[in-house]
Amino acid sequence: MAYERSENTGAGGGVDATALALKILVAGGFGVGKTTLVGAVSEIRPLRTEERLSRAGEAVDDTGGVAQKTTTTVAMDFGRITIRSGLSLYLFGTPGQDRFWFLWDELSQGALGAVVLADTRRLEDCFPAVDYFEHRKIPFVVAVNCFAGARNYGAHEVSRALDLDRGTPVVLCDARDRDSGKEVLIRLVEYAGRMHTARLLDSVG
Amino acid sequence: MNEDGTGDGRAVPGSQWYDADAGPLVRPYAMTGGRTKPGPSNVRFDLIALVVVEDDPPGPAEESLLGPEHRALLTLCRAETQSVAELAADADLPVGVVRVLLGDLLEAGFVKVSRPVPPAQLPDERILREVIDGLRAL
Ligand SMILES: Nc1nc2c(ncn2[C@@H]2O[C@H](COP(=O)(O)OP(=O)(O)OP(=O)(O)O)[C@@H](O)[C@H]2O)c(=O)[nH]1
Ligand SMILES: [Mg+2]
Repeated sequence: MAYERSENTGAGGGVDATALALKILVAGGFGVGKTTLVGAVSEIRPLRTEERLSRAGEAVDDTGGVAQKTTTTVAMDFGRITIRSGLSLYLFGTPGQDRFWFLWDELSQGALGAVVLADTRRLEDCFPAVDYFEHRKIPFVVAVNCFAGARNYGAHEVSRALDLDRGTPVVLCDARDRDSGKEVLIRLVEYAGRMHTARLLDSVG
Repeated sequence: MNEDGTGDGRAVPGSQWYDADAGPLVRPYAMTGGRTKPGPSNVRFDLIALVVVEDDPPGPAEESLLGPEHRALLTLCRAETQSVAELAADADLPVGVVRVLLGDLLEAGFVKVSRPVPPAQLPDERILREVIDGLRAL
């Protein structure tokens, strides 16, 4: 059905389907607008994953009376954007609380890139996400969600405050706005493409 | 925010495996017979791995032996090639459960699961160009 294309064969060896699925992550602190962003650009659906609490390490889930609880359900944001038949973008966002960080280890595998949402009123909330993607060399853009009432900072100021590597894009956005969200994704894909090329060039000499 | 799974009518009707002590949060694994990992092949399907129905699947007799959740997944796969994540969202099952069920379907020869192409192996930048143009056109 959707598998009649043969152009992309060769990539990935044993892949018997030529359909391509690309993964983009949406990260950032608690309540910064991740769910809003995913919902603005795609048809959002909640995705439940079952996680063992022990995997969350020292996760301080206040289980109160139910201390025996071994598995917890985490709802992630999940959206799909169909570019064409056989080429889709999948967006994943996890809840912003620190205790859900372990989810990223799986999500970040094979990801094309990430969007780190930031709120200038509490910029420090996105430090862990920035660190995470920098360390794993996953291309990311910082999208500043411009809430009303927050002083307007320039992309430059944010970049400096976060001590970003040169070249890491900072985009001002409104997570509720579809076009704005699309622009964030476009910047990310462009940047991921540039990083990819740079790495290829590096590896050949 | 998180559904806690209580009172959602999703309990397997008359399920005998439901251990009251375990609390509602482990209940979804009842439909996998308590297994939390896919069968002997022990593959861990990526969230964006695509699931396709086999060209030459087992016959209706074998299919009728499948449990309702297995069949529900199969129906979803037949409608459209979908990712593991979409199947989980559409079937309203946790990802871990869907992985186990898909492992069964894979082993029984009902479906094929494609490994996603890592971005590092993308054939060329044409694809990313296409993505960008596609996003603009949305
Ligand atoms: N004014 C304004 N409000 C926004 C914007 N983006 C999100 N919000 C609101 O901020 C609140 C939190 O947004 P969410 O999208 O749920 O944030 P989140 O990052 O998914 O939150 P968690 O998943 O709990 O970490 C919601 O009430 C949104 O409606 C924005 O750009 N401007
Ligand atoms: Mg959210």
